[in-house]
Amino acid sequence: MFETLSEKLQATLSDVRGHGTLTEADISAAMREIRLALLEADVNFQVVKSFTAAVRERALGADVIGQLNPGQQVVKIVNDELTALMGGEAQDLHFASRPPTVILMAGLQGSGKTTATAKLARYLREQHGSSVAVAACDVYRPAAVQQLIQVGQRAGAEVYEQGTEKSPVQIAAWARDRAQADGKDVLIVDTSGRLHVDEELMRELAEIRKAIRPDAVLLVVDAMTGQDAVQVADQFSQTVALDGVIVTKLDGDARGGAALSVKAVTGKPIMFASTGEKLDQFERFYPERMAQRILGMGDVLSLIEKASEAFDEQQARELERKFRRQEFDLDDFLEQMRQIRRMGPLQNLLSMIPGMGKELRGAKIDEREFDRIQAIILSMTPQERRHPELIKGSRRLRIARGSGTNVQAVKALIKQFEQMRKLMKVMASGKTPDLQALMRAAR
Amino acid sequence: MARDWADLVIVDAARSMLAPEPAAAAEATRRRRGMFTRLRENLRKTRQALGAEIQATLSGELDAESWERLEEALIYADVGARTTAQVVAELEREAAAGGLVGAEALSARLVELLAAIARTGDDRIDLRAKPTVILMAGVNGTGKTTTAGKLAHHLSREFGLRVVLAAADTFRAAAVEQLEVWAQRSGAQFVRGPDGTDPGSVAYDGVSAALDSGADVLIIDTAGRLHTQEDLMGELAKVRRVVAKQIPDAPHETLLTVDATTGQNGLRQAQIFAQAIEVSGLVLTKLDGTAKGGIALAIASDLGIPVKLIGIGERLDDLRPFDAEDFARALVQ
Ligand SMILES: Nc1nc2c(ncn2[C@@H]2O[C@H](COP(=O)(O)OP(=O)(O)OP(=O)(O)O)[C@@H](O)[C@H]2O)c(=O)[nH]1
Ligand SMILES: [Mg+2]
Repeated sequence: MFETLSEKLQATLSDVRGHGTLTEADISAAMREIRLALLEADVNFQVVKSFTAAVRERALGADVIGQLNPGQQVVKIVNDELTALMGGEAQDLHFASRPPTVILMAGLQGSGKTTATAKLARYLREQHGSSVAVAACDVYRPAAVQQLIQVGQRAGAEVYEQGTEKSPVQIAAWARDRAQADGKDVLIVDTSGRLHVDEELMRELAEIRKAIRPDAVLLVVDAMTGQDAVQVADQFSQTVALDGVIVTKLDGDARGGAALSVKAVTGKPIMFASTGEKLDQFERFYPERMAQRILGMGDVLSLIEKASEAFDEQQARELERKFRRQEFDLDDFLEQMRQIRRMGPLQNLLSMIPGMGKELRGAKIDEREFDRIQAIILSMTPQERRHPELIKGSRRLRIARGSGTNVQAVKALIKQFEQMRKLMKVMASGKTPDLQALMRAAR
Repeated sequence: MARDWADLVIVDAARSMLAPEPAAAAEATRRRRGMFTRLRENLRKTRQALGAEIQATLSGELDAESWERLEEALIYADVGARTTAQVVAELEREAAAGGLVGAEALSARLVELLAAIARTGDDRIDLRAKPTVILMAGVNGTGKTTTAGKLAHHLSREFGLRVVLAAADTFRAAAVEQLEVWAQRSGAQFVRGPDGTDPGSVAYDGVSAALDSGADVLIIDTAGRLHTQEDLMGELAKVRRVVAKQIPDAPHETLLTVDATTGQNGLRQAQIFAQAIEVSGLVLTKLDGTAKGGIALAIASDLGIPVKLIGIGERLDDLRPFDAEDFARALVQ
């Protein structure tokens, strides 16, 4: 069984090389795979149809003599088209020229609005330094107000609530006035989940909109949604004129074709991605990454960006120099490890590397192992960190005691470090490292 | 004929006496009809008018394109490419063999084929153990807590059973308070742990409380989790073990809630949850929307897990025994 569309396409088109151009038959075979993969990813079938038509047109007669083999060529076309369809550039929220910027959240039941409300609040506070209030307008679901009170506070937002007696329209209007009076930069209005076919509740949503004149209406869509996503989005968009979309539960393994469908149907950008239950697991949405997720090509770009956030450019160059001269010591190692950990849980990072996701899906990464390593290095003298070869006998014992580990652990760490140094020498010499070997060595 | 609660649930003889008397049964039939009218009404709002498309497809000249259109209709209901291909191939085979002529015969056969797939495994809920322990599990926001509340209500109303609800979602903000409201609404006994306890100990307290008070059913609500979160799946398995230590056969029923809007990922969800905690049945929730829950068909076909209940709204009343025929018909209508 092939895991990803890109692999399937490579296989389907593997013997095309040499024809010069892709023939009708080659393309039909490829289209079948593309169609299946997109449906498997929950891309709406109408969208799939028009999409495959577009790809077919571009692929027909495409030149396959260049750098890429036919499979890669088609993958590239698919990726380009998919990215274009997803909306190219990442898009930001527009802020009101006079605060507060009012954001209205809407969506089906269970899509994750309340959590997304708190996460967005935290995001705007952290990224833009905004003072944020959130309004609790879900008066229907039991304990929804309490939920927002708790997560809103955790997000550092002020929570405007009036219990469940008043109507959501009244509460929203009141919250807007209050946000203005309190001089808040942003007000985010959480609403109860509703079905797009529930006329009464959809009317209520339209009234809330009228009462608060939001600067942005955001639809919250579960990444696991199937074919129905387009109808939902279409109906919401007709009722409250959406400005953008938040996709939630992207930390799961759903391909998230619904996101593509929603974009295709409403034409509105997907602005944010929610990737976990913790409040900081919330990011800007990058369309090209989503295209790659749907195709199963690994989220290379994401990884690159995460890395560049955490690593200081200057430091990186300094490190490279050290690699080359083999001056890399345990202090550098410690620093590196800290930076990597700053990028988030290792499991997440590894799954972003193409091909790696599959290999390591089952592998367990014990983050506590890093704590142990850190403790060991911190128990060494500066001299020892620069010259690990000094660490023998009584030094080893001292370090083991100081770090609360044992002599074996200290030995193992130093051995691993030596192996790593060797590996780095190879890498710095310009040869492409064998990733598999790297992983084996790191274990 | 749709299934009734009495068809779904197995209770001991004394209990079945408590089941609706004739007048109440008539009332139940009326209510049931009401709900299917509502369900159909909603389904009818489907802009794509799937049924019409299938009818048109099947009544015309049957060519490759007709079968393809039929496939698309099922795909559109989230049945998934593989199960769809299987069903359509069978229908095509039978049509070619000459056994099926005309749109009516074809669509009747289609419904039969779909219903046969949906009807799988042991699709009843046996409540004869006292207490019967029911564990609710599922991905975030799929309807565990609401279903637990609705189920408590139905079991006590239809069968006079005494139900305990245990709030083992100790993670999500205000999850305990949410279940508490459902306990009040359904008249169930409510068990919660002190703040910050782990789900296992709440489950333990739930079993103890059910044993102490001689309750008939214990329903344990758990926190939503993605099937990809291994540690959390482990936590769920632990809840199961805790319960089994107190009552060897428990949990007697492990229900996985699946949102009807879920696409193909639902298959992975069911697969991994089933591996971790031996899921005995699905609750297909939110069927009151326009989504048809076709993924349940793929789950039944691939994993042999039956749907036992369907959720059709947010009120106490909006939970129903699953009926394979009705479901199949709704899929293609
Ligand atoms: N329309 C409709 N809404 C439903 C149905 N079942 C549940 N809901 C709604 O879906 C939302 C989520 O339901 P919950 O019962 O809180 O789901 P949960 O699985 O317990 O959620 P978490 O505990 O947060 O993972 C709530 O707004 C419910 O009212 C249903 O059958 N139809
Ligand atoms: Mg819950």
